[in-house]
Amino acid sequence: MSGHSKPISKEELWGGGQSPFSVSYGKMMMWFFLVSDALTFGGLLTAYGVVRHGTANPWPVGEQVFEALPGLSGAYPLIYVALMTFILIVSSVTMVLAVEAGHRLDKKGVVKWLGLTILGGFFFLGSQAWEWSHYIHGSGGGFQISQPVDVTTDSGRTLHLNAGTWVHMTPTFGHEYEHALSAAEEFAPAAAHNGHGHGSEHAEAAHHPSLSELKPSELVINKYVRVGKGSESVAKEMVTGGTEVEKIWAAREDHTFAFGANMSKNEYGPQQYANFFFFVTGFHGFHVFSGVLINIIIWLMVIKGAFDKLGHYEMIEKIGLYWHFVDLVWVFVFTFYYLV
Amino acid sequence: MERDDLIVNDSYSVNARHGEQEGAAIRKKIWKVTGLLTALTVVEVFMGVQFKRDGGNVWEAVKLGFLFLTLVKAAYIVLVFMHLGDERRNLKYVVLLPYALFIMYLIYIGLWEGVSVQELNNSYR
Repeated sequence: MSGHSKPISKEELWGGGQSPFSVSYGKMMMWFFLVSDALTFGGLLTAYGVVRHGTANPWPVGEQVFEALPGLSGAYPLIYVALMTFILIVSSVTMVLAVEAGHRLDKKGVVKWLGLTILGGFFFLGSQAWEWSHYIHGSGGGFQISQPVDVTTDSGRTLHLNAGTWVHMTPTFGHEYEHALSAAEEFAPAAAHNGHGHGSEHAEAAHHPSLSELKPSELVINKYVRVGKGSESVAKEMVTGGTEVEKIWAAREDHTFAFGANMSKNEYGPQQYANFFFFVTGFHGFHVFSGVLINIIIWLMVIKGAFDKLGHYEMIEKIGLYWHFVDLVWVFVFTFYYLV
Repeated sequence: MERDDLIVNDSYSVNARHGEQEGAAIRKKIWKVTGLLTALTVVEVFMGVQFKRDGGNVWEAVKLGFLFLTLVKAAYIVLVFMHLGDERRNLKYVVLLPYALFIMYLIYIGLWEGVSVQELNNSYR
């Protein structure tokens, strides 16, 4: 940025009468904070890599887990998360334009561009909230089988499923079964395991089909599993034939049913997958949230004319640094958690 | 040797200002970099869609490609959007070098430990 001939007052300079690198104290400290925060996120992502690399279970495939769009049924792999990334990057661009307007002491420009940045931030937060809620709600849930089963899939492949293999249900049946399961547990906790109980059958029939009546018409094998290098695992396969589905359904282990994600189990696979999802995206979302709050406060200050009075808009630059940092972290989280 | 750390030519960061013409040129640069970042993202998404995740060498190359393109995007964001490229050379080094060294070590040690944990899991679980 080109200089200007205003004499520098002693108050602006750092305590010793000098200012290293010609930057103000606030800007320098913001850079220091960003380096330390970047180390924190770097540590988190490295921890994610170590845990993922060390996990024996197959690690879920991002495209299969995140394929929903709000309000639509069907599979749109990673489209929503790409949209979120785009929103955040656009908000970064509007932030840079706000900084540039500040350098021209253009108050109206700053108000416009900073306002758009805040809007982008809110959209990102809302989208992330929806992602979380859908992740927790799940896409039909799954269960583990208690004994080995040989099954022929729709594509004609014969798979040998070991005991403990995860099998997933399709969304419609899965949600229905989930409701029936929780209804059964509500009326008689023990009955849920037997599938019927004397006292609860009447109440169950009135509200939901009894557990034992519900049977799936199709199941999904290897729903979230990636194809392994040299291993026998194959990508997601559907099983629709009546007898094949019955074979797997008969081998189901009742207490292993998991719908979506919660504190003790999740339908996507290893518990660490859900743990890291919530922690990393949550920690990042917290940063976005605080960034939006700070942006709003500064935006109100700009409108009130505080920076015109001060003579410079360097505060916009400083919060701009923080906002770009938040965007940068998201780019890395997106690459390592969802893509790779 | 010119001291890089003191204020020279009155170019204190607080006084950073530019006029309309310079502003127009700067805005043009911002839009150009935005276009570049978008193009890089499109390439990444294309790579992710085109190449099958089959555990072979192609996918390893795709992953490396993702990493490389993400680093290029990060460099542009830090140097242009965060204006680190316009700062004094030494400030650039103060911010980037410790981080680069530390993160490279962390990734190396993370991979090494991760491989070890996986081998132990496979042998003893």
